[in-house]
Amino acid sequence: MVNSYSKNYQVIVVGAGHAGCEAALASARMGCSTLLLTIGLDTIAQMSCNPSIGGLAKGHLVHEIDAMGGEMGLNIDATGIQFRRLNTRKGPAVRAARAQADRMAYSARMKYVIEQEELLDLKQGMVDDLLVEKGRVVGLETREGIGFYGEAVVLTTGTFMRGLIHIGLNNYAGGRAGELSAEGLSGSLKRLGFRIGRLKTGTPARLSARSIDFSKLERQPGDQQIKPFSFVTDKIEREQVDCFVAETNEKTHQIIRESLDRSPLYSGVIEGVGPRYCPSIEDKVVRFPDKNSHQSFLEPEGMRGSEMYPSGLSTSLPPDVQLAYFRSMVGFERVEIMRPGYAIEYDFVEPMQLRASLETRAVAGLFHAGQINGTSGYEEAAGQGLLAGINAARRCQGRDPVIIGRDEGYLGVMVDDLVTQPTTDPYRMFTSRAEYRLLLREDNADQRLTELGRKIGLVGDTRWEKYLKKQEQVVAASQIIKNKSITPSDRQVVEDLDLGELKSGVSLELLLKRPEINIAQLEAVCPELSEFSRQALEQVEIAVKYEGYIKRQLEQVERFREQEEIKLPADIDYMKIPSISTEVREKLINIKPISLGQASRIQGVTPAAIAVIHIYLRKQNYA
Amino acid sequence: MNTSDTIIAPATAPGVGGIAIVRISGADALSALLSYFRPSAASATLESHRLYYGALRDRSGCLVDEVMAVYMAAPHTYTRDDVVEIQCHGSQQVITAILSLYQEHGLRLAEPGEFTYRAFISGRLDLSQAEAVSRLVHAKTDSARKLSLEQVGGALSREIYSLAESLKKSLVLIEAWIDFPEEDLPDEDLISIATTIENAKSKTLTITSSYTCGRVLTEGASILLLGQPNVGKSSLLNALLGEERAIVTEVPGTTRDFLEEGFVIDGIPLRLVDTAGLCKSGDVVESEGVRRAEEKIPSADLLLWVVDSTKKLDDLDLYVYNRCVGVPTFLILTKTDLVAEFGDLSFCNFPIYQISSKTGVGLDGLRRGISSFFVGDQISAPEAVMLTERRHYEVLLFCLDCLRRASELLVDGSTLELLAFEIREALDCLGKISGETSTESLLDDIFSGFCIGK
Repeated sequence: MVNSYSKNYQVIVVGAGHAGCEAALASARMGCSTLLLTIGLDTIAQMSCNPSIGGLAKGHLVHEIDAMGGEMGLNIDATGIQFRRLNTRKGPAVRAARAQADRMAYSARMKYVIEQEELLDLKQGMVDDLLVEKGRVVGLETREGIGFYGEAVVLTTGTFMRGLIHIGLNNYAGGRAGELSAEGLSGSLKRLGFRIGRLKTGTPARLSARSIDFSKLERQPGDQQIKPFSFVTDKIEREQVDCFVAETNEKTHQIIRESLDRSPLYSGVIEGVGPRYCPSIEDKVVRFPDKNSHQSFLEPEGMRGSEMYPSGLSTSLPPDVQLAYFRSMVGFERVEIMRPGYAIEYDFVEPMQLRASLETRAVAGLFHAGQINGTSGYEEAAGQGLLAGINAARRCQGRDPVIIGRDEGYLGVMVDDLVTQPTTDPYRMFTSRAEYRLLLREDNADQRLTELGRKIGLVGDTRWEKYLKKQEQVVAASQIIKNKSITPSDRQVVEDLDLGELKSGVSLELLLKRPEINIAQLEAVCPELSEFSRQALEQVEIAVKYEGYIKRQLEQVERFREQEEIKLPADIDYMKIPSISTEVREKLINIKPISLGQASRIQGVTPAAIAVIHIYLRKQNYA
Repeated sequence: MNTSDTIIAPATAPGVGGIAIVRISGADALSALLSYFRPSAASATLESHRLYYGALRDRSGCLVDEVMAVYMAAPHTYTRDDVVEIQCHGSQQVITAILSLYQEHGLRLAEPGEFTYRAFISGRLDLSQAEAVSRLVHAKTDSARKLSLEQVGGALSREIYSLAESLKKSLVLIEAWIDFPEEDLPDEDLISIATTIENAKSKTLTITSSYTCGRVLTEGASILLLGQPNVGKSSLLNALLGEERAIVTEVPGTTRDFLEEGFVIDGIPLRLVDTAGLCKSGDVVESEGVRRAEEKIPSADLLLWVVDSTKKLDDLDLYVYNRCVGVPTFLILTKTDLVAEFGDLSFCNFPIYQISSKTGVGLDGLRRGISSFFVGDQISAPEAVMLTERRHYEVLLFCLDCLRRASELLVDGSTLELLAFEIREALDCLGKISGETSTESLLDDIFSGFCIGK
């Protein structure tokens, strides 16, 4: 018996993880009445694995989500317990923020924010079936027997669709350890014609801090000066916790090797493909036999509480083996496991079936975000959630979808990769995936995306005014360093900056081009500059120091855009284009690229085929 | 260019030969063949890749020629379309008759290089191979043919590939250092990267410097004869050509404009340009010729400064000498069958050849000198790769620029992402000649090479 719920929604979001929360908040903040449905109200924005946010490329994503008015940056700024910038000795494009979160606080704050959002209803319920009429989604039914109706549905199912947990050779259904799995939904999707695949991921055991001898481990403190994730967070002054570095040894590896017959991974029980960049410890021991030690960062899961997360040691070996190998490690001699590590297999829907708006091609109004798209990572999920929420809302409002270019943000790189490239293992963002990496920096995420966020309706007045002020400062400060010169008569300055013999006047801009001079030094000799914010001056410095490289990347972007702007009409008939191979034809028909540029990124589509398509378009007067 | 219709063209060079081949490519190839061809053995169908003897008759049943025909079914053909080849007798009349027969049937005469273009479009050839094939078709001399064959086999592709592989290895390390700062990776060892980049630089330099040689072999080179009037330039030209081309007279200034003659030394196609004597002549026509001779100097690949050995060097000779400085030049002393009077030549660093056009003494030495000037030892070394395409040359020059900037960046580790940028640009350049490096394969190498995952 299904009971129709009396209230009709515009957007219904299924799942309240990192993707679902962003999707629901974006949709509600854009003015759509929104329902957020989750299997468990106590696990909102749960960090199922690593209790941390950010890192290379992921930190970039968080900055972009924040610039567009998403919640993740604010949430980690509010609940982070250790902040560390990575790659500080490398260039600005590859520096990234990373923070340890208080896992429970992170979840609680996100739940609170969602509860406060006016147009957003948060409810517990497990979705069994999607309701589709004439190719468009109209609602869904829960296991509890309620039918909810809406114009758009965003699915963010995480690891819950037919989730199967493996610990040793034992396995059981579950979406996360101790939680239910969603058994009905992927069948519903299959009936709608979607291609469903299976992936695997894993997590390490959580250890009791009380049982660890920290005196034997190397301590890793956070940064003295915290640089927040969010553009609107001015300052974070919070007590920080330490992480620790532990190491496996030959004994550990021997224990693991001797137990491989009890590993579901090596005995062939697990079918799903795991992430290449995050192998389990048994995988590492087998694949890199010459490495006699593997490092693990030991991360506290909260400000209070005892659970510690040992990174890099995810496993699906039986609990007794887990305990034995941990106890072979220095500092862990008497360790107690609080929750054993496990592997989980789950269903995903191959994302090449999506449009660049994250709407499925088969069912109008149905959007997918997060692990259902074969990705991994909280930041990747949140980014997709934000975009899916935005585009679901825009669909209800009769607006065109927002699609971010590969040259505009990691968000754009990610979505383009997902809808264009086959998923072979869980997708994670790396800076090397971004062709225009030098332009897509954390420090300029606000410049790249705040205006878009404002246009969409997610950037409020406070953020907008702060942004405009920074932009004004950047322009003013650039003018000053262009116009102000140091002459040989400014003896004190010449001496302070160690400029040696100056023959004639030199502008501050030219001085800043020298590798040994930084903006802080100029600030010291040019008091006018100290009126500007650190962030504004940083932009000026980067623009001057990297001018040549930025210019070259912009030229690349221009070439890239040429092909990007040649649109492939939706009704293009690839069967009519001569001289392209059947294989290429099939791929084009399947993926339906929106531009010649996207077509050129499809694997197996040769430059020759692109040339042929281009010629065909010209002949048909499409381009 | 339409690539869906069926095209036809002679596949053998024009001119009379014993046998000529006419090639047809496209979906209608087989039906076109069967419309006029009857195999002598009574078989219902033609098997693919089998040669059949038979008769080719026109619509009215008149015999056009006795031929051998082969039908090759797609995709195992040069163009990956259906291909038919008809071997007929090598007279121009027969070939013309067959072509017009099929043109009337509806086949289109192929544009030059169109078969190769189709092979490229169908993905059978990569760009550098396709270009080499078109060179092969147009190869004028044996050396050029050999060079083209090497490229079809992929000598250039192979060289570029190994260059790209070594750069990719460095890029994999750099990308790993950038994206995984918290993993225990190999140390940021810039010295090993520097070594790779230096090697890549010198390899690229070697390939680019072979361009002149490669170009000379396929396109030929021009040699400009310079000297004051009546020193024997025209006699030298004739002696090298082995025939009387230039008018040789006792009156200075007989060659008013240019004489340009093609000839071949050791397989190198050369154009020998004889000019009006360089002097401040009062004759208007000749002084115009002189001006134009001087204009030709920058575009010449080699100058021959011709001096009459029986006369003492004078101001005019030195005027010519000054024009030659800074340009590759041989000094040719002529008339060495007579008494030498030229005097001291120690100021001149040019290679000197003493010849007598009359007796032929010294001519072979000059020919050898010219040959080794253009191709050096490169042509004899079988493994040497020579660049013959301007496009490849320019792409590699750009690649070289990237590598130069990369080595300047290697002073410390603070610019790894810029280093990656330069190496990526260099790899993109190489990718324009053969295959490209995808991010996916880069990531594959990172994860298979290093233990990553925290």
